[in-house]
Amino acid sequence: MSNCKHNKIVSSDTTWKETTEGGTICSPGNATDFPTGDWRSMKPIWLQEKCKQCLLCYPVCPDTAILVNEEGKRVDFNYDHCKGCGVCYKVCPFEAIDFVEEGK
Amino acid sequence: MAIRDRLSGNEAVATAMKQINPDVVAAFPITPSTEIPQYFSTFVANGSVNTEFVAVESEHSAMSACVGAQAAGARAMTATSANGLALMWEVLYIAASLKLPIVMACVNRALSGPINIHNDHTDSMGARDSGWIQLYCEDNQEAYDNMIMAVRIAEHKNVMLPVMVCFDGFITSHSLENIELMEDDVVKKFIGEYKPDHYLLDRENPISVGPLDLQGYFFEHKRQQAESMRNAKKVIQEVSEEFAQISGRHYGFLEAYRMEDAEVAAVILNSTAGTAKFVVDKLRENGIKAGLVKPRVFRPFPVDEMANVLKSCKAVAVMDKADSFNAAGGPLFTEITSGLHVKGVNNVMTVNYIYGLGGRDVNVGDIEKVYNDLTNIVSQGKIESVYNYLGVRE
Repeated sequence: MSNCKHNKIVSSDTTWKETTEGGTICSPGNATDFPTGDWRSMKPIWLQEKCKQCLLCYPVCPDTAILVNEEGKRVDFNYDHCKGCGVCYKVCPFEAIDFVEEGK
Repeated sequence: MAIRDRLSGNEAVATAMKQINPDVVAAFPITPSTEIPQYFSTFVANGSVNTEFVAVESEHSAMSACVGAQAAGARAMTATSANGLALMWEVLYIAASLKLPIVMACVNRALSGPINIHNDHTDSMGARDSGWIQLYCEDNQEAYDNMIMAVRIAEHKNVMLPVMVCFDGFITSHSLENIELMEDDVVKKFIGEYKPDHYLLDRENPISVGPLDLQGYFFEHKRQQAESMRNAKKVIQEVSEEFAQISGRHYGFLEAYRMEDAEVAAVILNSTAGTAKFVVDKLRENGIKAGLVKPRVFRPFPVDEMANVLKSCKAVAVMDKADSFNAAGGPLFTEITSGLHVKGVNNVMTVNYIYGLGGRDVNVGDIEKVYNDLTNIVSQGKIESVYNYLGVRE
């Protein structure tokens, strides 16, 4: 029988009897459940004192690593999902994002 | 009422496909399977099916289109041979691992090189570990019947695996035989509608198919796939029994021909089994207790049934129309000897013959030689040569 149910999340604990057929993803938008930050070799640093909250960085993030709060202001990076692509660093007009090697 | 008709193997299979009326057929011509999409495209052109026929630019694309169509929620079918099957290779594995019940006719032909267009089993035997169910057919009737049953087997909820229906190029595909067709509505009722639990065009329940599946997940999916192949055994049996009720034709995992008290037996796939039945009948007239086993299902491999049917024999010749180039016998031989060992059947003297490669004729005299070798093995109580080549110039 099909294991593909709406909102079903396959995790690293899911057994072969419970996993979805062929790895089909039955829960769209579940990337938030899978931290991918450890892929990163370069890391953006938010320099809050230089940030003008222009929000140019927010729409260019290809993942969900830059989130905007209820007041419409960006908050610090979500490093669980930042892969260090550096697009936000490139787009920032105020040098409010630094870009450094991971682990330094 | 059943319909008597005179059809070639390819016509019979194309007719089965017409009666199945799949949503999508994506195919590329290659000898000797070309006629199947050719006949089928005429059915599309004259409106006797509702199928979307995709004339692709290669077999890789044919199987890819079938994968896409089946994942979208359609019933997809195709046909190919030899190098065409080889060009599908990577997509065969994807179809099976995505649990997509595609049905394909594989018209067996030698896989080049050297370049050859005639029959042997090197094509489908190479694909034996791709995760497809494999059914083998002796004649046109079996090709027609298996094609129809394949749909039900593939789409069963406990299976959801693609099925390859294999029959001999030219010998079966291009020979005319009188066969019995079922009426369109009987076939339609038997196969039913394809209702997948989840599919890409289901707007209410969006899914993603074919994601990256790394170390933490891949193994579980392959284990699940393996279980589907195990489940297929029961389903093949059930579907075949149901088919017998509407057709009167009985199919098991293998056909045991005059095996009740057989002391010597050959195991042969596809059309050569027909020649061997003739030889068995002749030998029986001369008082030799000869029998024949013709496997219908090669994937999943019927270990129990094979061990059970062979266990009372004194000597068995397993005949392979494909070499494994492992210096240890052809694919059917290694499967059977492994199965016999596991089932504790260790007293049957078993030898291997590679035969008929590249369409080399296999006649009555060749098969008689095999049975003659077997009776010699029995009388001498020992095997002189395990690995043999039948019909090659020494």
